[in-house]
Amino acid sequence: MSKPSDLMQGTLDMLILKILALQPLNGWAISQRLKQISSDVLGVSDGSLYPALHKLEHRGWVRAEWKASENGRRAKLYTLTRLGRKQLEKETANWNRVSTAISGIVKLKEA
Amino acid sequence: MNIEQWFYSLPLRLRSLFHPSEVDREMKVELQEHIEQQIEENIASGMSPEEARYAALRTLGGITRIEQQCRDARGGNVLEDFVQDVRYGFRQLFRSPGFSALAILCLTLGIGANAAVFSWLEGILFRPYPAVLHQDRLFALAGTAQGETGATELSWQDFLDLRRSCTLCEDAFVSKITGSTLSIGDRAEKTTGSIVSANYFNAIGVRPALGRGFEPGEDAGNDAHPVVVISYQMWRDRFKSDPQIIGKMQRFNNVPHTIIGVAPQGFYGTFVGWAMQFWVPASMEETFESGGYKLEDRGARWIEAYVRLKPRVSRTQAQQEISAIAARLETNYPSTNRGRSVGLWPLWQTPFNNAGTLLPTLEVMVAVVAFVLLIACANVGNLLLVRSFARRHQMSVRLAIGASRGRLLKQLLTEGLILSALGTAGGLLAAYWCRHALVLLLPARSGVAMYLPGEIDARVIAWSAGICLIVTLIVGMIPALQTRDLDLAGSLKAESTGVVGARGRAWMRSSLVVLQVCLSFILLVGAALLLESLEKIRSTSPGFSTTSVATTGVSLVAAGYDVPRSKIFQDELIDRLSLLPGVQSAAFARVTPLGYGSYSSTPIVVDGYQAPLEEQPAIEYNQVGPNYFATLGIALLSGREFTRTDDENAPLVAIVNRTMVSRYWAGQDPVGLRLQVNGRWARVVGVAADSKYENMRETPRPFFYVPLRQDFVRGPALNIRTNQPLPSMLAALIREVHALDPNLALSEMITLQEQVNRSTSPQLVAVTLVSILGGLALLLASIGLYGVMAYAVAQRSRELGLRMALGAGAASLVRLIISRGLRLTAGGLILGTVTAFALTRLLGKLLYNVNPRDPWIFAAALAVMTMTALSACLLPAWRAARTNPARVLRD
Repeated sequence: MSKPSDLMQGTLDMLILKILALQPLNGWAISQRLKQISSDVLGVSDGSLYPALHKLEHRGWVRAEWKASENGRRAKLYTLTRLGRKQLEKETANWNRVSTAISGIVKLKEA
Repeated sequence: MNIEQWFYSLPLRLRSLFHPSEVDREMKVELQEHIEQQIEENIASGMSPEEARYAALRTLGGITRIEQQCRDARGGNVLEDFVQDVRYGFRQLFRSPGFSALAILCLTLGIGANAAVFSWLEGILFRPYPAVLHQDRLFALAGTAQGETGATELSWQDFLDLRRSCTLCEDAFVSKITGSTLSIGDRAEKTTGSIVSANYFNAIGVRPALGRGFEPGEDAGNDAHPVVVISYQMWRDRFKSDPQIIGKMQRFNNVPHTIIGVAPQGFYGTFVGWAMQFWVPASMEETFESGGYKLEDRGARWIEAYVRLKPRVSRTQAQQEISAIAARLETNYPSTNRGRSVGLWPLWQTPFNNAGTLLPTLEVMVAVVAFVLLIACANVGNLLLVRSFARRHQMSVRLAIGASRGRLLKQLLTEGLILSALGTAGGLLAAYWCRHALVLLLPARSGVAMYLPGEIDARVIAWSAGICLIVTLIVGMIPALQTRDLDLAGSLKAESTGVVGARGRAWMRSSLVVLQVCLSFILLVGAALLLESLEKIRSTSPGFSTTSVATTGVSLVAAGYDVPRSKIFQDELIDRLSLLPGVQSAAFARVTPLGYGSYSSTPIVVDGYQAPLEEQPAIEYNQVGPNYFATLGIALLSGREFTRTDDENAPLVAIVNRTMVSRYWAGQDPVGLRLQVNGRWARVVGVAADSKYENMRETPRPFFYVPLRQDFVRGPALNIRTNQPLPSMLAALIREVHALDPNLALSEMITLQEQVNRSTSPQLVAVTLVSILGGLALLLASIGLYGVMAYAVAQRSRELGLRMALGAGAASLVRLIISRGLRLTAGGLILGTVTAFALTRLLGKLLYNVNPRDPWIFAAALAVMTMTALSACLLPAWRAARTNPARVLRD
């Protein structure tokens, strides 16, 4: 129910970290960015975004601050921490390893 | 998580713990922001405001669910859950108060017994002197002699040398128990005190509440410093808290002492067993000890001492150094120190006070209370099982609406924790009430009550908390195991009587009962063995008659009698007593056998006996008056009794015991031969039968007697053989004593049988404690068995009704239930017998002439256990027989 369909466990975390590595954003902006980047293919529901963000915050990978946004609203801005950057590197490397292996297998020609 | 993660995470966790509403509000604001922004976006892309709001809510999904998921993701709600569980647990407890009270009572008994025993261990063995500095580095110092087991006393000179040369010791001090009789009217009141080295109060870090402690040098010289520090209690009771007490005089053993200090409240000296009332410096030794001035005599061993090691020095290291020093002393002073060394003992093994006597009993008690605790846990576990069946439906509902099994487990453990925490609190309270209970089991000796306080300190509380956690795990896990096979669909069906589930539960309940029966059987066997052993000890002949001999003392020393006057008085009193009707004979003796006084000891030389090199035969002896053997009823195997003519002007004589004859004269009659005592030759005039000297469990050992007149002490014990009852004997004696001198006082008069009984009090303590706890265990086990059987009958009422309807008689139903109960009991008994067989020899030190596997005792315990089990099954069986088939089958 709550798990994003088609999305491997842990991949959402990596995507969020990657997006935040570019600039600090609030929750809504992250969800917009996710949709843009993945062209809606991954189908991350906004509902699963917030629990993930709160989990990342508690692991010390992102830091949240309340800031006044340009239109005067209070917004919770998420920033990547040093630990988060390290985690992202680790997960990216891991992802590359796995995806190289999988695409290698997928590209095998049938004899 | 690593440390850096905690750095981020901890503030968040604490915040959600202490400001949960604020955190929640922020989360709601955050989600609301998301929706607002989405609505704006939707409006911008052309939707109507209504449509935009609806679409925004839809993309986000159920807000409440997301909120809950966020809370879970924060993970900070472990404590929240806990608080919730505790609240819920308490509600459950109040819902079934009978169950809760019974469970808490069981745990209070189990944990209380443990806490009490550990408070005794702490207060008597491990931290016996609460006011004393750094007890953890304190060790008992005593002598050892080749060819002898156990400890001997030390000589003052050896002690001084040890203290001077020991580099690993921070300090060393003497604390030798002594007594003094202070007369109040015609009653003599005994007080206990310590002869100490001058550094005593400094070394233990105790500052007198008034006045001062001893000054360096006050422990030197012969009766040179008659000063005394009195206890707070003596100051309060005897001197009415006189603020001007310092400088006043008090006579001790007829020597006026200047009171220089009052010890602080709560300081009872350094002796396990008695509270000290006064402290005098070692220079006053001759006033308090018999046997003359001993400070300059290296061969006179009379002191007991302690050392405090420097920090981080182990006992082994210190022992090595001390042994080396002792070896040096042995080389330097061969005539006094040959075959002698010095040992260190941890406080809980202190050889010269009651720590050593109580140690075996307390060791056994630790095992016994562990058993009682297990039995109590099994009972509570059983109770919880019954309840978990009742709560089966509730649990299933919680599982069905999405509670995880882990969450339910947490709930059950929390409920267990509440029970065991309440039980622990009750147990500690019970232990606090019982902390002086040990003394109640020990008779006062010579009118001085023993002082054996339990100590409830941080360590005992920590220990009890540990027990509490273990109990929590046990009583929480038992019902938790049941939820494992909780069958959702099955138990959601109304009032299902799931047969399979019931069997699993019955199996567990039965094994708990088997465990209880097994453990209580072991305790029962232990109690019976100890009882039998006490019976054996008390019925063993000590080698002298016990029933018709009374013993007491006359306060000659306190009344200021010198040696010639004492001699005259003793003769006159014996003459007067022998004229009294009903008095067969009377005799003085320095020490009454099995009393608390210690015998003199001397190196001996025997013509024709070559002691093995390195060994210096030292034998204990007693100074006894004429007719001593007739009075005590000790048989003379050869030769004669001492008479009035064996006095200071006559040649020295001695009477030796049978064991001494076989050891030193190879069994030949030594009458007429020579024996060297204290460096002077005496002639053996008689051989006495062996008897018990210090305790009832000792094996025959060499011992001899010399005439009191030839080795005189002023305050010996008086023994009277009489057929008069004790009170009239005492009245007659007081009359005779006062006819001679109205200022004299008598100490407590008891029969030798009473003396024997008092000497076996450690065994009595063990028997009493194990019997109480064994009875408790039996009670708990029968409650457990009753519970299981009653429950089984209630569960199977349908089956029983059916059997009845099909023609089974009431008798056969009774048989059915009882045979089931007895099957469980038999299982427990078999297990118990096997375990007891392996365990009872651990009682070894406490048993006397009793086979730890005595078949009769096992049989008796089996019978008692079976009878108890039978009676526990009777009521349920009776209920089964009264099953009304019509009603049961209709329901």
